[in-house]
Amino acid sequence: MTPPSGDSSEGPGRGAAPSSAGPVPLPAPKFATAARAALSDGRLRRNLAGATAVLRARRDAATAELDDWEELREAGRAIRDRTLLNLDSHLEELERAVTGAGGTVHWAADAAEARRIVTTLVRATGEGEVHAVRSAVAREIRLDEALERAGITVRGAGLAELVMDLDGDGRPSHPLFPALHHDRARIRDLLAGGPPGTPADLPDDPAALAGAARARLRDGVPPGGAAICGAAFLVAETGTVVLAEPGGGGRACAVLPETLICVAGIEEVVPTWADLEVFLQLLPRAAVGERTLPAISTWTGVTPGDGPAAFHLVLLDNGRTTVLADEIGRAALRCVRCAACLDVCPVYGRTGGDPYGPGLPGPIGAVLTPQVRGVESAAGASLPYASTLCGACADVCPVKIDIPDLLVHLRGRVVESRRRRPVPPPELAMMRALAWTMGDRRRHEAALRRGTRWARLLSRGGRIRRLPGLLGRWTDARDVPAPPAETFRAWWRSRARSGGTGTGAGPEAGR
Amino acid sequence: MSSRETVLGRVREALGPARGTRVPVPRDYRRRLSGRQAPTRADVVALFSERVAEHRASVRHVSADELATAIAAALWGREAGRIIAPADLPFGWLAGLEGVAAQADLPAADRVQAVRGLDGLDGVVTGCAVAIAQTGTIVLDGGRAQGRRALTLVPPYHLCVVHADQIVGTVPEAVARLDPARPLTWIGGPSTTTDIELERTEGVYGPAVLDVFVVED
Ligand code: SF4
Repeated sequence: MTPPSGDSSEGPGRGAAPSSAGPVPLPAPKFATAARAALSDGRLRRNLAGATAVLRARRDAATAELDDWEELREAGRAIRDRTLLNLDSHLEELERAVTGAGGTVHWAADAAEARRIVTTLVRATGEGEVHAVRSAVAREIRLDEALERAGITVRGAGLAELVMDLDGDGRPSHPLFPALHHDRARIRDLLAGGPPGTPADLPDDPAALAGAARARLRDGVPPGGAAICGAAFLVAETGTVVLAEPGGGGRACAVLPETLICVAGIEEVVPTWADLEVFLQLLPRAAVGERTLPAISTWTGVTPGDGPAAFHLVLLDNGRTTVLADEIGRAALRCVRCAACLDVCPVYGRTGGDPYGPGLPGPIGAVLTPQVRGVESAAGASLPYASTLCGACADVCPVKIDIPDLLVHLRGRVVESRRRRPVPPPELAMMRALAWTMGDRRRHEAALRRGTRWARLLSRGGRIRRLPGLLGRWTDARDVPAPPAETFRAWWRSRARSGGTGTGAGPEAGR
Repeated sequence: MSSRETVLGRVREALGPARGTRVPVPRDYRRRLSGRQAPTRADVVALFSERVAEHRASVRHVSADELATAIAAALWGREAGRIIAPADLPFGWLAGLEGVAAQADLPAADRVQAVRGLDGLDGVVTGCAVAIAQTGTIVLDGGRAQGRRALTLVPPYHLCVVHADQIVGTVPEAVARLDPARPLTWIGGPSTTTDIELERTEGVYGPAVLDVFVVED
């Protein structure tokens, strides 16, 4: 098994052009470091907390309404597993069906190849711009940046995309609602700074803001050019592409232009048309808490007289086969990108999507990204720890991915990869020292006395933000309460000396 | 080696001996509405009307005789002065129009013109292929009375006629009826966006207003 090639589309200079032409992605820091900024942004935390609470409530209601929800989840899980274990034959079947229906299939082993294919296809249309509805896959391979570097203007097709474009260096915080972390006041400010004609006194109610956005996107997706979309599912048996979205931007991209380019991961396949009866029930309720997604579109190849004259499907590996090779980890490839696990995750609810890097955010990102990129890098090794293992994500996942289980499995891989290093990692050194200290009563008590004194010196207002030395790593992502002035042992001894009366008068008390 | 071979080779290598394992798929979920949800055909139709209305569409029940008058009244009420319809729309549907310029969608040689020609129209009238009661969804498949997809994407108003016998109870029933080879448009109400604080407002693409006429014959 070869690793997912040198190009990870993450970090400067790796598969990206030199900095002279366009923004260069920052090197991905550890999750905890990246999360600091988000954690100190009160507005972001408030907006996210409000939005995820709304989504949670809607989803609970929508799934409780079906008395066969658990049966659907079980079927969804099984169909996805069956697909993954036969992925090669399904992909070949898909290719035959798409080609037979007048489409063209391209294979991309990594992000760089996918970017190359799409850039070439857009150039071939002779257009200097392309319309796109952003997908998780496009973000993963940093498609927009690549096209811009190639001199092609990328125009977002939806409202959220417009907002994100106006936000400048802003990054989407949620796969389905990219502007989720912005409140109406912020969106108003972004839209009001607009072209002549935008009212300066734009009110900040959602309807008025949507109206302003509509006016800006008025020209829509032009009929002659090219457009790019992602996919929710690819049906192997029939070669059908399924797009399912909360707004209609993808539908416009899929119908109006001359050339349509769909970039999808190889794991997005489902075997048969009939299997959609399961996923078209699971996805809307899990994703947006509604009975259906407002805009679902399906098409097979090209249809004369209706929609694009040319259809290209780019099938992307980019590390997915590495995930597939891990018998336990491959369960993560069942993911249908509904984002339910994000909205219930207490960690995501506070940090937003940014700290997870360019891959998927939230719990599913924390298991997929390290598997694709490896656990050797600081970012990869930190992601499996960006979780409290509370299990909420596993409960809501419509295809029953046991995310906590995968996180623990990956933590094991992180420890394993560290163990092989010549210099023992801090955790290991610490554990060894601890074992030595705790192996002897006097050593332990002396250490406790010293530790308590030091810890109280470090604390501010009863909390320690950063422990010194090797322990500092542990406090990267958490504050520690300062220890009490007196250890339990010292307290016990002093009360024994003072006569052993009063409350809790003896070891048996309170049992 | 081509990337196709590379990727397929990696898949095979990654799966190893597990490759080709048949995982049994339990299909114990419902294919039809339970008797409690919709005991009769009339209940299925009523459930559809209720659910599609929850998507902010307006729903009316009309008899086949009233349809032409009802369509004319609706277009007039929506101030839709210039509309388009698929060329194979049943002849009678637009028979009652007064003061509305209706044009049939005819194949155009030039693609760009075919789409540009839809700009400035006020609305579109179509039928549908299937409608789903449980989810309040209407599906168009480009078949009779439905036309190409751009018709129901560009004009700001869509009047959709649903025959009662086109309404099924559940998603599995709809999937079984539909032909994947056709381009399908699943409509869940008028165009909306929830991008601003998750509040549902008029969307950026697609008809902002959807009128659904359920014809009981
Ligand atoms: S892991 Fe499950 S819950 Fe999370 S996005 Fe994927 S399918 Fe949805």
